[in-house]
Amino acid sequence: MAVPSRSWSSSLMRSRWLSPTLLVLAWELGARSGVIPAHTLAAPSAVVVTLWHMLMSGELPVSLAVSSVRVAAGLGIGVTLGIVLALLAGLSRPGEVAVDAPVQMLRTLPVLALSPLFIVWFGIGETPKIALIAFGSMFQVYLNLYNGICGVDVRLVDAARSFGLGRVGLIVHVILPAALPSLLVGLRYALSVAVLILVVAEQINASAGLGYLINNARDFMRTDIIVVCLIVYAALGLAIDAAIRAVEGRALAWRPRLVEV
Amino acid sequence: MATLLDFPHGQPLTTAVPRPPAPIVRLRSFSRGFGETRVIDRLDLDIAPGEFVALLGRSGSGKTTLLRTLAGLDDVDGDEVDVPASRAVVFQDARLLPWKRVWKNVALGLQGPDVRARAEAALHEVGLGHRLDAWPLTLSGGEAQRAALARALVREPKLLLLDEPFAAVDALTRMKMHALVLALWTSHHPAVMLVTHDVDEALLLADRVLVLDGGRIAHEERVASERPRRIGDESDARTRLLHHLGVAAAPSAGDTGALRRSHV
Ligand SMILES: Nc1ncnc2c1ncn2[C@@H]1O[C@H](COP(=O)(O)OP(=O)(O)O)[C@@H](O)[C@H]1O
Ligand SMILES: [Mg+2]
Repeated sequence: MAVPSRSWSSSLMRSRWLSPTLLVLAWELGARSGVIPAHTLAAPSAVVVTLWHMLMSGELPVSLAVSSVRVAAGLGIGVTLGIVLALLAGLSRPGEVAVDAPVQMLRTLPVLALSPLFIVWFGIGETPKIALIAFGSMFQVYLNLYNGICGVDVRLVDAARSFGLGRVGLIVHVILPAALPSLLVGLRYALSVAVLILVVAEQINASAGLGYLINNARDFMRTDIIVVCLIVYAALGLAIDAAIRAVEGRALAWRPRLVEV
Repeated sequence: MATLLDFPHGQPLTTAVPRPPAPIVRLRSFSRGFGETRVIDRLDLDIAPGEFVALLGRSGSGKTTLLRTLAGLDDVDGDEVDVPASRAVVFQDARLLPWKRVWKNVALGLQGPDVRARAEAALHEVGLGHRLDAWPLTLSGGEAQRAALARALVREPKLLLLDEPFAAVDALTRMKMHALVLALWTSHHPAVMLVTHDVDEALLLADRVLVLDGGRIAHEERVASERPRRIGDESDARTRLLHHLGVAAAPSAGDTGALRRSHV
Protein backbone atom coordinates (compact mmCIF):
# COMPACT_ATOMS: atom_id res chain seq x y z
CA MET A 1 0.00 0.00 0.00
CA ALA A 2 1.57 3.26 1.06
CA VAL A 3 4.60 1.63 2.62
CA PRO A 4 6.39 0.38 -0.52
CA SER A 5 5.82 3.62 -2.38
CA ARG A 6 7.21 5.62 0.51
CA SER A 7 10.33 3.46 0.77
CA TRP A 8 10.75 3.74 -3.01
CA SER A 9 10.51 7.50 -2.94
CA SER A 10 12.78 7.79 0.10
CA SER A 11 15.43 5.59 -1.50
CA LEU A 12 15.13 7.80 -4.58
CA MET A 13 15.58 10.89 -2.40
CA ARG A 14 18.66 9.42 -0.81
CA SER A 15 20.23 8.35 -4.10
CA ARG A 16 23.42 10.20 -4.93
CA TRP A 17 22.39 10.21 -8.58
CA LEU A 18 19.20 12.15 -8.08
CA SER A 19 20.47 15.71 -8.06
CA PRO A 20 23.06 15.30 -10.86
CA THR A 21 20.37 13.71 -13.02
CA LEU A 22 17.96 16.57 -12.33
CA LEU A 23 20.68 19.08 -13.16
CA VAL A 24 21.40 17.43 -16.50
CA LEU A 25 17.67 17.33 -17.24
CA ALA A 26 17.34 21.02 -16.43
CA TRP A 27 20.34 21.78 -18.61
CA GLU A 28 18.80 19.82 -21.51
CA LEU A 29 15.44 21.54 -21.07
CA GLY A 30 17.09 24.96 -20.87
CA ALA A 31 19.04 24.29 -24.05
CA ARG A 32 16.04 23.01 -25.97
CA SER A 33 13.75 25.83 -24.93
CA GLY A 34 16.40 28.36 -25.93
CA VAL A 35 17.00 29.71 -22.43
CA ILE A 36 20.63 28.51 -22.76
CA PRO A 37 21.91 29.44 -26.24
CA ALA A 38 24.14 26.84 -27.95
CA HIS A 39 27.11 29.24 -28.08
CA THR A 40 26.94 29.54 -24.27
CA LEU A 41 26.58 25.85 -23.49
CA ALA A 42 25.57 23.04 -25.84
CA ALA A 43 22.80 20.66 -24.76
CA PRO A 44 23.88 17.36 -23.16
CA SER A 45 22.34 15.46 -26.03
CA ALA A 46 24.37 17.53 -28.49
CA VAL A 47 27.50 16.85 -26.49
CA VAL A 48 26.85 13.10 -26.67
CA VAL A 49 26.33 13.25 -30.43
CA THR A 50 29.50 15.27 -30.86
CA LEU A 51 31.42 12.84 -28.67
CA TRP A 52 30.25 9.98 -30.87
CA HIS A 53 31.27 11.77 -34.07
CA MET A 54 34.66 12.71 -32.70
CA LEU A 55 35.23 9.13 -31.62
CA MET A 56 34.22 7.74 -34.99
CA SER A 57 36.25 10.21 -37.02
CA GLY A 58 39.35 9.33 -35.00
CA GLU A 59 39.83 12.97 -34.07
CA LEU A 60 39.35 12.38 -30.35
CA PRO A 61 41.43 9.18 -30.04
CA VAL A 62 44.34 10.82 -31.88
CA SER A 63 44.21 13.97 -29.75
CA LEU A 64 43.94 11.90 -26.58
CA ALA A 65 46.95 9.86 -27.64
CA VAL A 66 49.00 13.01 -28.31
CA SER A 67 48.10 14.44 -24.90
CA SER A 68 48.70 11.13 -23.12
CA VAL A 69 52.17 10.87 -24.63
CA ARG A 70 52.95 14.35 -23.30
CA VAL A 71 51.80 13.41 -19.80
CA ALA A 72 53.60 10.09 -19.90
CA ALA A 73 56.87 11.59 -21.11
CA GLY A 74 56.75 14.46 -18.62
CA LEU A 75 55.83 12.17 -15.76
CA GLY A 76 58.45 9.62 -16.72
CA ILE A 77 61.18 12.22 -16.56
CA GLY A 78 59.80 14.06 -13.53
CA VAL A 79 59.12 10.99 -11.42
CA THR A 80 62.50 9.47 -12.22
CA LEU A 81 64.30 12.71 -11.35
CA GLY A 82 62.26 13.10 -8.18
CA ILE A 83 63.07 9.58 -7.01
CA VAL A 84 66.77 9.91 -7.80
CA LEU A 85 67.06 13.27 -6.03
CA ALA A 86 65.09 12.06 -2.99
CA LEU A 87 67.31 8.99 -2.68
CA LEU A 88 70.41 11.17 -2.95
CA ALA A 89 69.15 13.60 -0.33
CA GLY A 90 67.60 11.01 1.96
CA LEU A 91 70.37 8.43 2.04
CA SER A 92 73.54 10.48 2.33
CA ARG A 93 74.55 13.53 4.26
CA PRO A 94 76.49 15.16 1.37
CA GLY A 95 73.54 14.41 -0.90
CA GLU A 96 71.19 16.15 1.51
CA VAL A 97 73.39 19.23 1.64
CA ALA A 98 73.77 19.35 -2.13
CA VAL A 99 70.20 18.57 -3.15
CA ASP A 100 67.70 19.57 -0.51
CA ALA A 101 68.37 23.30 -0.19
CA PRO A 102 68.15 24.12 -3.92
CA VAL A 103 65.12 21.90 -4.42
CA GLN A 104 63.31 23.48 -1.48
CA MET A 105 64.01 26.91 -2.95
CA LEU A 106 62.91 26.01 -6.46
CA ARG A 107 59.69 24.42 -5.32
CA THR A 108 58.34 27.79 -4.16
CA LEU A 109 58.18 28.86 -7.83
CA PRO A 110 54.72 28.50 -9.37
CA VAL A 111 55.59 26.05 -12.13
CA LEU A 112 53.36 27.68 -14.74
CA ALA A 113 55.15 31.00 -14.26
CA LEU A 114 58.14 29.30 -15.83
CA SER A 115 56.40 28.71 -19.15
CA PRO A 116 57.69 31.91 -20.83
CA LEU A 117 61.22 30.94 -19.88
CA PHE A 118 60.72 27.38 -21.08
CA ILE A 119 59.34 28.63 -24.41
CA VAL A 120 62.42 30.84 -24.83
CA TRP A 121 64.65 27.88 -24.04
CA PHE A 122 62.85 25.06 -25.79
CA GLY A 123 60.74 26.73 -28.51
CA ILE A 124 57.05 26.03 -28.95
CA GLY A 125 57.10 22.33 -29.81
CA GLU A 126 56.60 19.37 -27.50
CA THR A 127 59.70 20.02 -25.41
CA PRO A 128 58.51 22.94 -23.24
CA LYS A 129 55.22 21.13 -22.45
CA ILE A 130 57.00 17.96 -21.43
CA ALA A 131 59.59 19.96 -19.50
CA LEU A 132 56.89 21.84 -17.56
CA ILE A 133 55.12 18.59 -16.64
CA ALA A 134 58.42 16.98 -15.65
CA PHE A 135 59.40 19.97 -13.55
CA GLY A 136 56.05 20.17 -11.77
CA SER A 137 55.73 16.47 -11.02
CA MET A 138 59.34 16.11 -9.89
CA PHE A 139 58.76 18.22 -6.77
CA GLN A 140 55.75 16.24 -5.65
CA VAL A 141 57.68 13.00 -5.84
CA TYR A 142 60.82 14.47 -4.32
CA LEU A 143 59.16 16.13 -1.33
CA ASN A 144 57.05 13.13 -0.36
CA LEU A 145 59.69 10.47 -0.86
CA TYR A 146 62.35 12.52 0.92
CA ASN A 147 60.01 13.02 3.86
CA GLY A 148 59.23 9.32 3.85
CA ILE A 149 62.89 8.38 3.96
CA CYS A 150 63.61 10.86 6.77
CA GLY A 151 60.67 9.45 8.75
CA VAL A 152 61.79 5.82 8.66
CA ASP A 153 61.54 4.25 12.12
CA VAL A 154 65.12 4.12 13.43
CA ARG A 155 64.15 1.25 15.70
CA LEU A 156 63.47 -0.91 12.65
CA VAL A 157 66.76 0.20 11.15
CA ASP A 158 68.54 -0.76 14.37
CA ALA A 159 66.87 -4.15 14.45
CA ALA A 160 67.79 -4.86 10.85
CA ARG A 161 71.36 -3.75 11.50
CA SER A 162 71.58 -6.09 14.46
CA PHE A 163 70.76 -8.93 12.08
CA GLY A 164 73.73 -8.10 9.92
CA LEU A 165 72.13 -6.08 7.14
CA GLY A 166 74.61 -3.78 5.43
CA ARG A 167 73.91 -0.43 3.82
CA VAL A 168 72.45 -1.86 0.64
CA GLY A 169 70.40 -4.42 2.57
CA LEU A 170 69.01 -1.68 4.80
CA ILE A 171 67.99 0.44 1.82
CA VAL A 172 66.35 -2.47 0.00
CA HIS A 173 64.66 -4.24 2.91
CA VAL A 174 63.89 -1.42 5.33
CA ILE A 175 64.20 2.14 4.06
CA LEU A 176 62.56 1.85 0.65
CA PRO A 177 59.61 -0.30 1.78
CA ALA A 178 59.08 2.05 4.70
CA ALA A 179 59.07 5.06 2.38
CA LEU A 180 56.87 3.42 -0.26
CA PRO A 181 53.57 4.78 1.08
CA SER A 182 55.02 8.30 0.93
CA LEU A 183 56.27 7.68 -2.60
CA LEU A 184 52.79 6.63 -3.67
CA VAL A 185 51.28 9.76 -2.14
CA GLY A 186 53.86 11.78 -4.05
CA LEU A 187 52.99 9.91 -7.22
CA ARG A 188 49.32 10.70 -6.78
CA TYR A 189 50.03 14.43 -6.41
CA ALA A 190 52.47 14.29 -9.31
CA LEU A 191 49.81 12.84 -11.59
CA SER A 192 47.19 15.43 -10.77
CA VAL A 193 49.74 18.23 -11.14
CA ALA A 194 50.76 16.73 -14.48
CA VAL A 195 47.20 16.83 -15.83
CA LEU A 196 46.80 20.40 -14.58
CA ILE A 197 49.98 21.55 -16.29
CA LEU A 198 49.03 19.64 -19.43
CA VAL A 199 45.78 21.57 -19.74
CA VAL A 200 47.45 24.96 -19.43
CA ALA A 201 50.54 24.13 -21.46
CA GLU A 202 48.47 22.77 -24.35
CA GLN A 203 46.39 25.89 -24.53
CA ILE A 204 49.40 28.18 -24.72
CA ASN A 205 50.40 26.75 -28.04
CA ALA A 206 49.66 23.43 -29.64
CA SER A 207 48.98 22.00 -33.08
CA ALA A 208 47.63 18.70 -31.80
CA GLY A 209 46.15 17.21 -28.67
CA LEU A 210 43.18 17.95 -26.47
CA GLY A 211 44.25 21.53 -25.82
CA TYR A 212 44.45 22.16 -29.56
CA LEU A 213 40.92 20.81 -29.96
CA ILE A 214 39.68 23.13 -27.23
CA ASN A 215 41.43 26.14 -28.74
CA ASN A 216 39.91 25.49 -32.16
CA ALA A 217 36.50 24.93 -30.67
CA ARG A 218 36.76 28.21 -28.79
CA ASP A 219 37.45 30.08 -32.04
CA PHE A 220 34.30 28.61 -33.59
CA MET A 221 32.27 28.83 -30.36
CA ARG A 222 31.70 25.06 -30.46
CA THR A 223 30.80 24.60 -26.80
CA ASP A 224 29.85 20.99 -27.47
CA ILE A 225 33.46 20.15 -28.40
CA ILE A 226 34.77 22.07 -25.41
CA VAL A 227 32.53 20.06 -23.08
CA VAL A 228 33.62 16.80 -24.71
CA CYS A 229 37.25 17.73 -24.10
CA LEU A 230 36.50 18.61 -20.47
CA ILE A 231 34.90 15.21 -20.01
CA VAL A 232 37.95 13.55 -21.51
CA TYR A 233 40.27 15.46 -19.17
CA ALA A 234 38.18 14.31 -16.21
CA ALA A 235 38.29 10.73 -17.49
CA LEU A 236 42.06 10.98 -17.84
CA GLY A 237 42.36 12.07 -14.21
CA LEU A 238 40.07 9.28 -13.03
CA ALA A 239 41.96 6.65 -15.02
CA ILE A 240 45.27 7.77 -13.55
CA ASP A 241 43.82 7.72 -10.06
CA ALA A 242 42.45 4.22 -10.55
CA ALA A 243 45.87 3.04 -11.73
CA ILE A 244 47.54 4.42 -8.60
CA ARG A 245 44.90 2.80 -6.41
CA ALA A 246 45.56 -0.54 -8.03
CA VAL A 247 49.29 -0.19 -7.43
CA GLU A 248 48.68 0.84 -3.81
CA GLY A 249 46.41 -2.12 -3.19
CA ARG A 250 49.13 -4.51 -4.25
CA ALA A 251 52.18 -2.75 -2.85
CA LEU A 252 50.69 -1.92 0.55
CA ALA A 253 48.90 -5.20 1.15
CA TRP A 254 50.64 -5.46 4.52
CA ARG A 255 48.87 -2.43 5.97
CA PRO A 256 46.25 -3.42 8.52
CA ARG A 257 43.57 -1.33 6.85
CA LEU A 258 43.96 -3.36 3.69
CA VAL A 259 44.76 -6.71 5.25
CA GLU A 260 41.93 -9.22 5.26
CA VAL A 261 42.27 -10.71 8.73
CA MET B 1 93.39 2.01 30.23
CA ALA B 2 92.26 -0.41 32.85
CA THR B 3 94.85 -1.80 35.15
CA LEU B 4 94.76 -5.19 36.74
CA LEU B 5 93.98 -3.58 40.08
CA ASP B 6 90.64 -2.39 38.79
CA PHE B 7 89.34 -5.88 38.29
CA PRO B 8 86.63 -6.83 40.72
CA HIS B 9 87.35 -10.48 40.10
CA GLY B 10 90.12 -10.55 42.64
CA GLN B 11 88.67 -13.42 44.67
CA PRO B 12 91.37 -16.06 45.00
CA LEU B 13 90.70 -19.01 42.77
CA THR B 14 91.63 -22.24 44.49
CA THR B 15 93.97 -24.27 42.36
CA ALA B 16 91.68 -27.28 42.53
CA VAL B 17 88.94 -25.57 40.55
CA PRO B 18 89.22 -26.36 36.84
CA ARG B 19 90.01 -23.37 34.69
CA PRO B 20 86.71 -21.77 33.63
CA PRO B 21 86.19 -21.42 29.89
CA ALA B 22 87.23 -18.11 28.39
CA PRO B 23 84.37 -15.63 28.69
CA ILE B 24 82.41 -15.00 25.54
CA VAL B 25 81.67 -11.40 26.55
CA ARG B 26 84.40 -9.36 28.14
CA LEU B 27 84.04 -5.67 29.00
CA ARG B 28 86.75 -3.82 30.87
CA SER B 29 86.29 -0.34 32.24
CA PHE B 30 83.64 0.37 29.65
CA SER B 31 82.08 3.83 29.82
CA ARG B 32 79.40 5.50 27.82
CA GLY B 33 77.51 8.75 28.17
CA PHE B 34 75.33 11.21 26.37
CA GLY B 35 76.58 14.76 26.56
CA GLU B 36 77.63 15.50 30.11
CA THR B 37 75.95 12.56 31.81
CA ARG B 38 77.76 9.25 32.12
CA VAL B 39 75.29 6.42 31.80
CA ILE B 40 77.80 3.56 32.00
CA ASP B 41 80.83 4.30 34.13
CA ARG B 42 83.93 2.06 33.98
CA LEU B 43 81.90 -1.13 33.94
CA ASP B 44 83.44 -4.61 33.94
CA LEU B 45 81.46 -7.59 32.74
CA ASP B 46 82.22 -11.21 31.86
CA ILE B 47 79.71 -13.69 30.51
CA ALA B 48 80.70 -17.35 30.11
CA PRO B 49 79.64 -19.41 27.09
CA GLY B 50 76.15 -20.76 27.63
CA GLU B 51 75.60 -18.72 30.78
CA PHE B 52 72.18 -17.20 31.46
CA VAL B 53 72.63 -13.72 32.92
CA ALA B 54 69.84 -11.40 33.97
CA LEU B 55 70.46 -7.66 34.19
CA LEU B 56 68.26 -5.70 36.57
CA GLY B 57 68.17 -1.98 36.99
CA ARG B 58 65.92 0.95 37.49
CA SER B 59 64.37 2.60 34.47
CA GLY B 60 67.01 4.86 32.94
CA SER B 61 69.89 3.09 34.65
CA GLY B 62 71.52 2.28 31.31
CA LYS B 63 70.42 -1.33 30.68
CA THR B 64 69.48 -0.68 27.07
CA THR B 65 72.64 1.35 26.55
CA LEU B 66 74.73 -1.58 27.74
CA LEU B 67 72.75 -4.04 25.63
CA ARG B 68 73.15 -1.91 22.51
CA THR B 69 76.89 -2.01 23.00
CA LEU B 70 76.87 -5.79 23.32
CA ALA B 71 74.70 -5.91 20.20
CA GLY B 72 77.22 -3.86 18.27
CA LEU B 73 74.67 -1.14 17.54
CA ASP B 74 76.83 1.64 18.96
CA ASP B 75 80.44 2.38 18.13
CA VAL B 76 82.90 1.43 20.82
CA ASP B 77 85.73 3.82 20.23
CA GLY B 78 88.81 2.41 21.85
CA ASP B 79 87.05 0.71 24.75
CA GLU B 80 87.88 -2.83 25.66
CA VAL B 81 84.77 -4.63 24.46
CA ASP B 82 84.88 -8.24 23.32
CA VAL B 83 81.62 -9.71 22.08
CA PRO B 84 81.13 -12.67 19.75
CA ALA B 85 80.28 -11.88 16.16
CA SER B 86 77.49 -14.42 16.38
CA ARG B 87 74.80 -12.64 18.40
CA ALA B 88 71.16 -11.74 18.08
CA VAL B 89 68.77 -9.36 19.78
CA VAL B 90 65.12 -9.50 20.79
CA PHE B 91 63.80 -6.03 21.56
CA GLN B 92 60.94 -5.09 23.83
CA ASP B 93 58.82 -4.17 20.83
CA ALA B 94 59.22 -7.07 18.43
CA ARG B 95 60.41 -4.78 15.61
CA LEU B 96 59.25 -7.04 12.82
CA LEU B 97 59.28 -5.36 9.42
CA PRO B 98 55.57 -4.91 8.72
CA TRP B 99 55.98 -5.22 4.95
CA LYS B 100 57.54 -8.67 5.10
CA ARG B 101 55.61 -11.82 5.89
CA VAL B 102 56.54 -13.50 9.15
CA TRP B 103 58.84 -16.13 7.66
CA LYS B 104 60.64 -13.46 5.61
CA ASN B 105 61.20 -11.46 8.76
CA VAL B 106 62.80 -14.48 10.35
CA ALA B 107 64.91 -15.03 7.25
CA LEU B 108 66.06 -11.39 7.17
CA GLY B 109 69.78 -11.22 6.48
CA LEU B 110 70.20 -14.99 6.71
CA GLN B 111 72.99 -16.43 4.58
CA GLY B 112 73.52 -19.89 3.22
CA PRO B 113 71.28 -22.61 1.80
CA ASP B 114 67.69 -23.47 2.68
CA VAL B 115 66.96 -20.05 4.15
CA ARG B 116 63.22 -20.61 3.95
CA ALA B 117 63.36 -24.08 5.49
CA ARG B 118 65.49 -22.82 8.37
CA ALA B 119 63.20 -19.86 9.00
CA GLU B 120 60.15 -22.11 9.00
CA ALA B 121 61.79 -24.60 11.32
CA ALA B 122 62.56 -21.82 13.79
CA LEU B 123 58.96 -20.60 13.64
CA HIS B 124 57.69 -24.14 14.26
CA GLU B 125 60.02 -24.34 17.24
CA VAL B 126 58.46 -21.27 18.88
CA GLY B 127 54.96 -22.53 18.10
CA LEU B 128 54.21 -20.21 15.18
CA GLY B 129 54.08 -22.87 12.49
CA HIS B 130 50.56 -21.80 11.61
CA ARG B 131 51.43 -18.13 10.98
CA LEU B 132 54.34 -18.51 8.55
CA ASP B 133 52.74 -16.37 5.85
CA ALA B 134 50.96 -13.89 8.10
CA TRP B 135 51.59 -10.16 7.96
CA PRO B 136 53.31 -9.05 11.19
CA LEU B 137 50.67 -6.44 11.99
CA THR B 138 48.09 -9.20 12.30
CA LEU B 139 50.04 -10.99 15.06
CA SER B 140 49.15 -10.65 18.73
CA GLY B 141 51.78 -9.20 21.08
CA GLY B 142 52.86 -12.62 22.28
CA GLU B 143 53.00 -14.03 18.76
CA ALA B 144 55.09 -11.11 17.57
CA GLN B 145 57.53 -11.66 20.43
CA ARG B 146 57.76 -15.35 19.57
CA ALA B 147 58.47 -14.44 15.95
CA ALA B 148 61.21 -12.11 17.18
CA LEU B 149 62.63 -14.99 19.25
CA ALA B 150 62.58 -17.23 16.18
CA ARG B 151 64.34 -14.53 14.18
CA ALA B 152 67.08 -14.40 16.80
CA LEU B 153 67.42 -18.17 17.24
CA VAL B 154 67.53 -19.06 13.56
CA ARG B 155 71.00 -17.48 13.51
CA GLU B 156 72.22 -19.99 16.13
CA PRO B 157 73.80 -17.13 18.10
CA LYS B 158 76.51 -17.63 20.68
CA LEU B 159 75.09 -14.62 22.51
CA LEU B 160 71.36 -13.96 22.77
CA LEU B 161 70.43 -10.46 23.97
CA LEU B 162 66.90 -9.92 25.28
CA ASP B 163 65.84 -6.35 26.12
CA GLU B 164 62.76 -6.60 28.35
CA PRO B 165 61.17 -8.95 25.84
CA PHE B 166 58.20 -9.85 28.01
CA ALA B 167 57.41 -6.45 29.48
CA ALA B 168 54.60 -5.72 27.06
CA VAL B 169 52.80 -9.09 27.10
CA ASP B 170 50.14 -10.20 29.53
CA ALA B 171 50.97 -12.27 32.60
CA LEU B 172 49.78 -15.59 31.19
CA THR B 173 51.68 -15.13 27.96
CA ARG B 174 54.73 -14.10 29.96
CA MET B 175 54.70 -17.37 31.89
CA LYS B 176 54.52 -19.32 28.62
CA MET B 177 57.35 -17.21 27.21
CA HIS B 178 59.52 -17.96 30.25
CA ALA B 179 59.09 -21.67 29.66
CA LEU B 180 59.79 -21.22 25.95
CA VAL B 181 62.97 -19.24 26.54
CA LEU B 182 64.23 -21.85 29.00
CA ALA B 183 63.45 -24.66 26.58
CA LEU B 184 65.21 -22.87 23.73
CA TRP B 185 68.16 -22.07 25.95
CA THR B 186 68.42 -25.71 27.02
CA SER B 187 68.38 -26.99 23.46
CA HIS B 188 70.57 -24.34 21.78
CA HIS B 189 72.61 -23.23 24.76
CA PRO B 190 73.62 -19.71 23.79
CA ALA B 191 74.91 -17.31 26.40
CA VAL B 192 71.91 -15.14 27.30
CA MET B 193 71.72 -11.65 28.68
CA LEU B 194 68.15 -10.89 29.69
CA VAL B 195 67.44 -7.28 30.56
CA THR B 196 64.45 -7.01 32.84
CA HIS B 197 63.03 -4.92 35.63
CA ASP B 198 61.26 -7.88 37.15
CA VAL B 199 63.24 -9.44 40.02
CA ASP B 200 61.17 -12.62 40.05
CA GLU B 201 61.62 -13.13 36.34
CA ALA B 202 65.37 -12.79 36.78
CA LEU B 203 65.45 -15.31 39.66
CA LEU B 204 63.25 -17.71 37.73
CA LEU B 205 65.45 -17.87 34.67
CA ALA B 206 69.05 -16.82 35.26
CA ASP B 207 72.26 -18.43 36.51
CA ARG B 208 73.45 -15.03 37.64
CA VAL B 209 71.54 -11.82 38.35
CA LEU B 210 73.28 -8.45 38.04
CA VAL B 211 72.06 -5.09 39.30
CA LEU B 212 73.12 -2.10 37.24
CA ASP B 213 73.25 1.09 39.27
CA GLY B 214 75.32 4.25 39.04
CA GLY B 215 76.74 3.03 35.76
CA ARG B 216 78.29 -0.09 37.29
CA ILE B 217 77.39 -3.60 38.34
CA ALA B 218 76.35 -2.71 41.87
CA HIS B 219 75.39 -6.22 42.98
CA GLU B 220 75.55 -9.79 41.78
CA GLU B 221 73.56 -12.88 42.86
CA ARG B 222 74.33 -16.39 41.76
CA VAL B 223 71.29 -18.64 41.54
CA ALA B 224 72.34 -22.26 41.75
CA SER B 225 69.01 -24.02 42.26
CA GLU B 226 67.67 -26.51 39.76
CA ARG B 227 65.24 -25.47 37.06
CA PRO B 228 62.30 -25.34 36.69
CA ARG B 229 62.07 -22.94 39.60
CA ARG B 230 59.05 -21.45 41.24
CA ILE B 231 58.51 -17.84 42.16
CA GLY B 232 59.47 -17.40 45.81
CA ASP B 233 62.18 -20.10 45.83
CA GLU B 234 64.93 -17.56 46.29
CA SER B 235 63.43 -15.23 48.84
CA ASP B 236 66.77 -14.18 50.41
CA ALA B 237 68.31 -13.33 47.08
CA ARG B 238 65.10 -11.51 46.19
CA THR B 239 65.29 -9.35 49.29
CA ARG B 240 68.94 -8.47 48.63
CA LEU B 241 68.25 -7.63 44.99
CA LEU B 242 65.30 -5.43 45.88
CA HIS B 243 67.44 -3.72 48.48
CA HIS B 244 70.06 -2.91 45.84
CA LEU B 245 67.35 -1.63 43.56
CA GLY B 246 66.30 0.77 46.31
CA VAL B 247 62.94 -0.90 46.96
CA ALA B 248 61.76 -2.37 50.23
CA ALA B 249 60.89 -6.00 49.63
CA ALA B 250 57.20 -6.68 49.27
CA PRO B 251 55.94 -8.73 52.22
CA SER B 252 54.55 -11.57 50.14
CA ALA B 253 57.05 -13.18 47.84
CA GLY B 254 55.62 -13.55 44.38
CA ASP B 255 54.12 -10.10 44.18
CA THR B 256 55.84 -9.40 40.91
CA GLY B 257 53.88 -6.24 40.43
CA ALA B 258 55.47 -4.42 43.36
CA LEU B 259 58.74 -3.56 41.67
CA ARG B 260 57.18 -2.84 38.34
CA ARG B 261 54.70 -0.42 39.85
CA SER B 262 57.46 1.40 41.67
CA HIS B 263 59.10 2.19 38.33
CA VAL B 264 56.11 3.38 36.40
N1 LIG C 1 70.45 8.34 22.29
C1 LIG C 1 70.42 8.93 23.51
N2 LIG C 1 70.68 10.25 23.64
C2 LIG C 1 70.67 10.85 24.84
N3 LIG C 1 70.40 10.21 26.00
C3 LIG C 1 70.14 8.89 25.95
C4 LIG C 1 70.13 8.19 24.70
N4 LIG C 1 69.84 6.89 24.96
C5 LIG C 1 69.67 6.81 26.30
N5 LIG C 1 69.84 8.01 26.89
C6 LIG C 1 69.78 8.27 28.33
O1 LIG C 1 70.61 7.35 28.98
C7 LIG C 1 69.99 6.87 30.16
C8 LIG C 1 69.93 5.38 30.13
O2 LIG C 1 69.01 4.96 29.17
P1 LIG C 1 68.67 3.44 28.90
O3 LIG C 1 69.93 2.71 28.67
O4 LIG C 1 67.67 3.38 27.81
O5 LIG C 1 68.02 3.01 30.28
P2 LIG C 1 67.20 1.69 30.65
O6 LIG C 1 67.18 0.79 29.47
O7 LIG C 1 67.91 1.11 31.82
O8 LIG C 1 65.84 2.14 31.05
C9 LIG C 1 68.63 7.54 30.25
O9 LIG C 1 68.75 8.61 31.15
C10 LIG C 1 68.38 8.02 28.86
O10 LIG C 1 67.63 9.21 28.89
MG1 LIG D 1 65.57 0.01 28.31
